[in-house]
Amino acid sequence: MSVTDKQFLNPEKWVSLHADYLFNYTISRLNDRDLAKDLVQDTFFSALKAKDNFKGESSERTWLIAILKRKIVDYYRKINSTKGKAEVRMSFYAEGEKEGEWLEERAPTDWSGEIEKKIENEELAIVLEKCIESLPEKYAMVFRMKTVHQIETEDICNELEITSTNFWVIIHRARTQLRKCMEENWFKI
Amino acid sequence: MKITCNEATEICDKSQYKEASIWEKIKLGTHLFLCKKCGLYAKQNKMMSVCLRKLKEAESHKTTHLNRDEKELMAQELKTKIEA
Repeated sequence: MSVTDKQFLNPEKWVSLHADYLFNYTISRLNDRDLAKDLVQDTFFSALKAKDNFKGESSERTWLIAILKRKIVDYYRKINSTKGKAEVRMSFYAEGEKEGEWLEERAPTDWSGEIEKKIENEELAIVLEKCIESLPEKYAMVFRMKTVHQIETEDICNELEITSTNFWVIIHRARTQLRKCMEENWFKI
Repeated sequence: MKITCNEATEICDKSQYKEASIWEKIKLGTHLFLCKKCGLYAKQNKMMSVCLRKLKEAESHKTTHLNRDEKELMAQELKTKIEA
């Protein structure tokens, strides 16, 4: 960028120019309105504090997004280190002779009845949403980013600073748990 | 060549996003040939993907923007910080 293109910050206009964009960006990652609002507000505060560091090499919005991204990864780390780990329901034997085999009570069973009708049913989305909600937060977050918001695997890994191996383990655990939840709460009833 | 149910279903999940490699798909195919439980998983996983597509469509119609009051409040709070 040439010197004449140098960007300037205009904090008075941040809310009207960028709040919606930042909010949308956040909600597609966190799925929690209040939390998303807090993170956006927080981003503006942090940006204001750090405004002397802005060199004008990128646009104001790009700079704000970079700050917001730090906040999102910090949040992800927090849920990953605390509650996220304990709650996941394992579907396979973790050790011993049967390591990697299905745990009997978690293995798929036949979905009887009118599957097609159940898939067309309007209430499906509600039940599915509840099942996603029941996942440990970290799993729900990564799963949603990928499946509902269709963010590229590479981008998710970069944003959350996880490896692709780790990413697929998360998706795998989320999907096995979701299948089980849908079996119990939708397809078997 | 031989993989566990855990590994097989992970590949199955990956392939729902069309991101499993050829080699992985071969390993999965071999496993599915022998394992009924994973065969059922694979079948139901596809149905799950159909369901999830419906959810995605439903969500894409949701408007997720801030309302006027929320923005006003945000602007006010930011203003007090700017003036401080």
